[in-house]
Amino acid sequence: MTHAIEIHGLVKDFGSTRALDGLNLTVATGEVHGFLGPNGSGKTTTLRVLLGLARANAGTVTLLGGDPWRDAVALHRRLAYVPGDVALWPNLSGGEIIDLLGRMRGGLNPQRRDDLIERFVLDPTKKGGSYSKGNRQKVALVAALASDAELLLLDEPTSGLDPIMESAFRDYILSERDDGRTVLLSSHILSEVDAVCARVTIIREGRTVESGALSELRYLSHTLITAELAGDPPVGLDAIDGVHNIVIERQTLRCQVDPSSLTAVLGTLAAVGVRNLTSQPPTLDELFLRYYTDEPTPA
Amino acid sequence: MNALTGTVALIRLALRRDRIFIPAWCVVFLATASIYVPSTVRLYPDLASRVGAAESYNRSPALLALYGRIYDPANLGGLTTNELAGFGAIAVAVLLILLMIRHTRTDEEAGRIELLGSTAMGRFAPLAAASIVCVAVSLVLGVGVAAVLMVGGLSVVGSVAFGLEWFGVGIVFSAVAALAAQLTESRRAAIGIASLTVAASYLLRGVGDAFEPDPLGALHWLSPIGWAQQLRPFADRRWWPFLVSFACTLVVGGAAYALNARRDVGAGFMQPGVGRPHASRWLATPNALAWRLQRGALLAWGAGFLVLGVILGSVATNVGDFVNNPTVKEFIEKLGGKQGIIDAYIAVEFIFGGIIAAAYGIQAILRLRTEESEGRAEAVLATAIGRWRWSLSHVGVAVIGSAALLFVMGAGAGAARAIATRDPDQVWRVTLAGLGQLPAALVVMAVVFALYGAAPRATVTVWGIYAAFILIAEVGPILEVPQWVLDLSPFTHTPKLPGASWNVLPLVVLTVIATGIAAIGIIGVRRRDLACG
Repeated sequence: MTHAIEIHGLVKDFGSTRALDGLNLTVATGEVHGFLGPNGSGKTTTLRVLLGLARANAGTVTLLGGDPWRDAVALHRRLAYVPGDVALWPNLSGGEIIDLLGRMRGGLNPQRRDDLIERFVLDPTKKGGSYSKGNRQKVALVAALASDAELLLLDEPTSGLDPIMESAFRDYILSERDDGRTVLLSSHILSEVDAVCARVTIIREGRTVESGALSELRYLSHTLITAELAGDPPVGLDAIDGVHNIVIERQTLRCQVDPSSLTAVLGTLAAVGVRNLTSQPPTLDELFLRYYTDEPTPA
Repeated sequence: MNALTGTVALIRLALRRDRIFIPAWCVVFLATASIYVPSTVRLYPDLASRVGAAESYNRSPALLALYGRIYDPANLGGLTTNELAGFGAIAVAVLLILLMIRHTRTDEEAGRIELLGSTAMGRFAPLAAASIVCVAVSLVLGVGVAAVLMVGGLSVVGSVAFGLEWFGVGIVFSAVAALAAQLTESRRAAIGIASLTVAASYLLRGVGDAFEPDPLGALHWLSPIGWAQQLRPFADRRWWPFLVSFACTLVVGGAAYALNARRDVGAGFMQPGVGRPHASRWLATPNALAWRLQRGALLAWGAGFLVLGVILGSVATNVGDFVNNPTVKEFIEKLGGKQGIIDAYIAVEFIFGGIIAAAYGIQAILRLRTEESEGRAEAVLATAIGRWRWSLSHVGVAVIGSAALLFVMGAGAGAARAIATRDPDQVWRVTLAGLGQLPAALVVMAVVFALYGAAPRATVTVWGIYAAFILIAEVGPILEVPQWVLDLSPFTHTPKLPGASWNVLPLVVLTVIATGIAAIGIIGVRRRDLACG
């Protein structure tokens, strides 16, 4: 499998502040890759390095087989970008901006342009200065999605969009994926990541803390067990391998269990008696809360 | 809570944000006045020289239009303060407009007023705070210039009246800017409307002063700059025209408050029009974008330069009448060359034209900085456009634009000369003289671009560098500073055309220097990180 993006050990300093500290990111060609991390963790800086707007201090960065700093112009013909904070020229209309950016990238698909404008319910005759935040975002999205670029770099592209537009965006990304386009999607909206991304990379404080297929992520493979106990709390539960985060409040016990340890845990619980038992897969939210708030742990 | 709650806090905020901007400009204004006044006083040592100069001056309609009438030829103050009254008033008006818009519409467009408005802040507080700051700055300028004139040896009462002139212009245009800020949603448009008002005021005053005492002369009573000059500080002084300024400020300012009370935060009274749903065919390159963004300003500047050129060309024809004073002759020749006095006069004024064209070039290149810091450069550079193509697009507008301005000024002056002399050759001769000022302006623009490319944070100093270049070239010879200091300013090396013979060497050298300095910018722009949006 070829890689659209390969970043190893990326370091970026702004003066004495280290924004990126050995970041790794690999995006396979043709996949929709989620790029996650708390505010200020370096997502936008990474995208700016990928676009050749900022220069890496150390590490190797390969984008579509080229060097994003040296080959910026050639590479940009093959990609489209939606910034997180869209700034438009106040006296140009939305339609003019979409056409201008498309032409400067090397052409845009007029059919798709009109289709997107209709789908996102965008008025292309309004001036850039009079759009709301959400509509500014739509202008940038239409300009990017209407291109035939093979790679889309999207920095929180749905911030400011209403839920209907968000779902239109999701549908579009899924059909882009089916057309074989590669997408790097930086986002905070977990349902969005869940719906469109096959693999994710989670970063914190400029470092990669987790990367892989959503289904294979360590904490996602745990089952969350909640049991209402009939008697005293069981002894020896924490001695079982693969049991994490045991919490006991009065008669209620919660813990996370690896699939291979389920039998042992159920046996221990059965021994003390159980009034009620539920098991559920952990949600993506828990995964993120874990990575965003806990101390970073090596993956 | 009343509508003014929070005003004091906002005044403090404004002073904190402008702790360099306001003092720096006040110092520049007052320093220019304090250099200018004594040097003019020295030019007219005795009564006869004054009266002769002032009377010939008053005979030239073009000069009257440019600066205003000298109501008492015997009074030294009239001659000395004429340009401070004319050009000085424009400068005061523009400064106050920028200051007022900066603290009203700019903050509103950027969403800062919305943020402040959600706190315990009254509806009128931002406008009230900006008004108080602007009135205070007008007062500082008025008191300051009065002090400068007194120190320069002019009469105390006259100096106070002159200070009142600047103060009146300052408060009127603060109110005009406050009103403009209510009308449009964009900072640029508000500045445009207010600046057009200044231009119209100057034009009305010019026409009025040129035609006085004909009935058409009353036109200067339609102009805030015109009626301010009617205080006539150094002639039959009268105080009541200040009441006109005061009343006008109350009316226009009151209108601004009334509109402010009736509109939504962020909205203007003039709704922005709709644009085209598709871009026209030519809007496809960074050059086209730069042109589209800058063409409106360039056309306005071009109109100004054309009027300036025609007036200069017309003034030049009468210049021989009022320069029979040997000191003035020497002064003009020092700056403009020892050839015929008309050509010398044109040369001097064209040097100033070149200086103003350089200012156009500076602000056109600084557009790169705003495009970058406001995040729009990122959108362009994320497409298949390299940094050179993008940055050179705005540099191109600056270079071609300033060349076009000098061409228009030269052609306007040349046409006026050709009509006066019935010699069609004057057209191209004077036009070329105008274009001869371009290389010096190119050096200034190159310095700005080099700073932008290599040290973008240092671009805040460009207006200071520009002022230093001007002071060295224009005040240096009067103060007789050493030649090597004079040589530091590109404006020292511009040819004294059209009189002097064409000496191509300095022009070539200036152009080569400009190219070399610009190369620093080109290299820098490729090497550095772009600012975040």
